[in-house]
Amino acid sequence: MNYSRFIAAGLGVAITTTFVAATVVAGPVEDTLVIDDEIEIITRAPSSEGHPLPEVISGWHYRTDSTRAMEADSFANGGMLGVEQGAALWSTVEGSEGKSCESCHQDAATSMAGVGAIYPKWHEESGRPMNIELRINACRVDNMGAEPYKFDKGGQKPLTAFIKHQSLGEPVKVNLEEGEMQKWWEAGKELYYKRTGQLNLSCASCHELNNGKHIRADHLSQGNVNGFPTYRLKQGNLISLHNRFRGCIRDTRAEFPDAFSDDLMALEVYTTWRGQGLSVETPAVRQ
Amino acid sequence: MIRRLIVGCCAGLALSGIVVADGVAPDAVEIENLAIATPLTSTVGNAEEGKKIFANRKLGNCLACHANSDMADQLFHGEVGPSLDGAGTRWQPEILRTIVVNAKAIFPETVMPGFYSLDVGADVRKDLIGKTILSAQQVEDVVAYLETLK
Ligand code: HEC
Ligand code: HEC
Repeated sequence: MNYSRFIAAGLGVAITTTFVAATVVAGPVEDTLVIDDEIEIITRAPSSEGHPLPEVISGWHYRTDSTRAMEADSFANGGMLGVEQGAALWSTVEGSEGKSCESCHQDAATSMAGVGAIYPKWHEESGRPMNIELRINACRVDNMGAEPYKFDKGGQKPLTAFIKHQSLGEPVKVNLEEGEMQKWWEAGKELYYKRTGQLNLSCASCHELNNGKHIRADHLSQGNVNGFPTYRLKQGNLISLHNRFRGCIRDTRAEFPDAFSDDLMALEVYTTWRGQGLSVETPAVRQ
Repeated sequence: MIRRLIVGCCAGLALSGIVVADGVAPDAVEIENLAIATPLTSTVGNAEEGKKIFANRKLGNCLACHANSDMADQLFHGEVGPSLDGAGTRWQPEILRTIVVNAKAIFPETVMPGFYSLDVGADVRKDLIGKTILSAQQVEDVVAYLETLK
């Protein structure tokens, strides 16, 4: 049998319809983010050399008018409650050494300014990249004589949000020159393009090829990480980055790696690089 | 000419020989010239059922990626794939079957999942290993529904 006629016709139409659809797609909203009429947030930036997309765009541009407005006003931003909890934890003495974070680092507004913008960074002792969550745990164990926080438990999310919030507005920058960061970047890149699960999708399938389009009710963004921990309206709570990663992988109907595993740390290094140049938005407001 | 007919006939026999209770096994589906000529099951596809499977988020979830004017009552149609209006006119049923079974056989790089294929991604959830997204009969039902989209 000869189907080529039908295939040709079919492909022709498919290409035109895709094209038409692409022109009516909502895409990122034109708007600028200034928090409390004071702190200017870089939500669009030229991408780093070697980046597949011409411009990096914050997930903020893909959210609805009311969600964007919530992030622009720190009284309306539900995530600021978590930041306040984090501020209290900063000064709370715990562990055998009778110390709090404040005992060593004093005023976070000074000592932590800019810190959240340059993590994850190379950690020589452990021979792997360290994110803020792991940094907090290292300080708890080594300097306070306290238990490390379990993933997403205890004060992990609020304290991480509090520390990152001290860099609000600072452009994200990772240092790939230090230690073996380049190797982790490469491992992360491989994972970003690896198709997983029964649905056979990679991060790139949704966030590179299809950002700006709707997948049912969800408006796909570039999947940037500059707002984490984010305040998600759906959960009414702070959501950590590794929780988000695991959720996206789970949605492909795949087994997902442990939080802070080599795989997710590599993915954090790589996705942080992809969003370089965007301001820290923690706690960003998302659906 | 005769030889072609014989070959065609034997291919048909070979296929019908491995039809199991719920249809041809996913790894035994034969795609030729981009088409799957023989239905996956002996029960003719039911377009009504296919329509439900198309919209169901746990089954086809086709609306996640495709708009479809026939479902104007449903909120939120996806934009990742092309609109399926007129899909039944654009494509022969045998090709539609291939697209649903394993869209990569026609669009090699596509993000559209293979609904009756074991050619899947890495680290598949343990309870889903060796399983397809839809059953053979559900594929036939969806194809029957797509044929109604004129
Ligand atoms: C099936 C589609 C799909 C896949 C595959 C997918 N995601 Fe997502 N992701 C979403 C949706 C939907 C959202 C919520 C809306 C948005 O921001 O895109 C989201 C959100 C995110 C966010 C939050 C963005 C923000 O602004 O707060 C990050 C980060 C993210 N994804 C990373 C990833 C990574 C890394 C992978 C691969 C391991 C991945 N995603 C795979 C659909 C997907
Ligand atoms: C994750 C996204 C996704 C899902 C889910 C999905 N598709 Fe697709 N589909 C696509 C894309 C993208 C294309 C365009 C082909 C390409 O990639 O070039 C496509 C193409 C098609 C085509 C041919 C396009 C045309 O011109 O008519 C048909 C028919 C089709 N899909 C049917 C379905 C059906 C039926 C389902 C559910 C059982 C489904 N799709 C689920 C993404 C998807």
